[in-house]
Amino acid sequence: MRNFSYQRADSVDTAVSAHAGQPSSFIAGGTTLLDLVKLDVMQPERIVDVNDLPLYDIEELDDGRLKIGAMVTNTDLAYHDRVKNDYAVLSEALLSGASTQLRNKATTGGNVMQRVRCAYFRDGVSPCNKREPGSGCSAIGGDNRSVHAVLGTSEHCIASHPSDMCVAMAAIGATVTVNGPNGEREIDFLDFHLLPGDTPEQEHALEADELITHVTLDAPVKGNSSHYLKLRDRASYQFALASAGVIVATDGDTIREARIAMGGVGTKPWRATRAEQALVGQPANEASFKKAAEIAFEGATPYEHNAFKIPLGQQAVVRSLRNATTA
Amino acid sequence: MSNRDQSGAVRGAADHPRKGQPAHSESRRRFMKSVGMSSIAAATSGAGLGQAFADEGAPESATNDAPAEGKTRVTFKINGKMKQIDVTPNVILLDAIRDDLQLTGTKKGCDHGQCGACTIHVNGVAINSCLSLAVMHEGDEITTVEGLGEGDQLHPIQQAFLEEDAYQCGYCTSGQMMSATSILADDRVGTSDEAVREAMSGNICRCGAYKNILAAVQSTRGKV
Repeated sequence: MRNFSYQRADSVDTAVSAHAGQPSSFIAGGTTLLDLVKLDVMQPERIVDVNDLPLYDIEELDDGRLKIGAMVTNTDLAYHDRVKNDYAVLSEALLSGASTQLRNKATTGGNVMQRVRCAYFRDGVSPCNKREPGSGCSAIGGDNRSVHAVLGTSEHCIASHPSDMCVAMAAIGATVTVNGPNGEREIDFLDFHLLPGDTPEQEHALEADELITHVTLDAPVKGNSSHYLKLRDRASYQFALASAGVIVATDGDTIREARIAMGGVGTKPWRATRAEQALVGQPANEASFKKAAEIAFEGATPYEHNAFKIPLGQQAVVRSLRNATTA
Repeated sequence: MSNRDQSGAVRGAADHPRKGQPAHSESRRRFMKSVGMSSIAAATSGAGLGQAFADEGAPESATNDAPAEGKTRVTFKINGKMKQIDVTPNVILLDAIRDDLQLTGTKKGCDHGQCGACTIHVNGVAINSCLSLAVMHEGDEITTVEGLGEGDQLHPIQQAFLEEDAYQCGYCTSGQMMSATSILADDRVGTSDEAVREAMSGNICRCGAYKNILAAVQSTRGKV
């Protein structure tokens, strides 16, 4: 593995200033970064360790929101009482991701920054616009079955976003707090990840040298039930072919509010807002769910090997809504 | 993987005792270890090969000299003993444990967090040691498979793996046992077979000994 300089930051300010001025990466859990440095796909000249920063708390805010420090591990977040009780979809999504050991290291901020699993991105040599802008996308004419999207793709990149946690956060609604040379600012979670468009190398709304310090979940939908359903090639420890995180609140049999987000099928954590709107005021039944699932995949673009993700993703939405609305 | 990893693989296959046989041949073990050492010397130019110091108590600095240029001195407790190594920033914890500290019970499988062979405990938490920098572990308490038992006394999970025949080639075994002890100590993880399978899914067994591994984990419940 290539060498780099290493600095352990003791405050957000020192972390941000240490990061500036050269190709540099923050390291939290390191489970994505070191994997990709070993593959020489990421080539930092400096690594700034943020493990000493005081970002380990989960704090309930007065307005009902939940503020999560960027260093809270996926394991600790999944098992946090408030998360299990009020944001079950997030707990389920986290526990469906990766393995015990990886969740023990992976952090909230790091998971948000997770890189794609496209084999052409990871191999370090194939044309890949994300790794080497302008070189082309090998996945479009290549193997695009498992970790490639049908929603939000462009002619320059079709890699799906790999995170389960982010799908749940997209459904819940959240704010990402970042700190950088120009101080602190907040980014709506749904605006944080970018569509590939013409610039697939730009994956997120972070500006140079900004560090994620917190993710704050919106207050939970009152009286909601939720579900995270993940469909994959093996029963555990595998990325999603299609997943659906849903949150539903009903008045009697009528849907009062619905949230739908999908994983494995989109180039970013995919919130299906129009499908949600189509559910409001409708009976919580199979016909409504199917209609919403169809709307969720309107405009989807199948590629050579992943056309199955459209019906699979629709079924994931229907099943997840069914599970959430039947006790 | 480099030569030293392959020598590790051979050693790993030979290390694990079979049911009804002597635990292992000490002379064979020493022989394999010396072969391993020489191949490490041949394969390593010095970068990343730090110095391992005292076995007991505080690390007696064999030298109080500053670390060589480009290296950082890291001190941590591993299996109850303080150790001090000098490493470049890019030295992976797994390699420091195997090569610098010669604790070769922890295995290198995929080297990318996909197989679990390198699982160890850091401050009581199971992690993939292949995805962590040695330099990040100043002051940590680390346990590897060598630290599970006490002297000649096997840890209950080791005894259970023997009794349940929970391995064939044995290469994944130390990682399996480190994950097993971790989830058995974590009351957030369910106790059903299904919950154990899920919690252990980060440890791949190419021989397919999962059924017996599950039996070994479940039979150890309550003994640790």
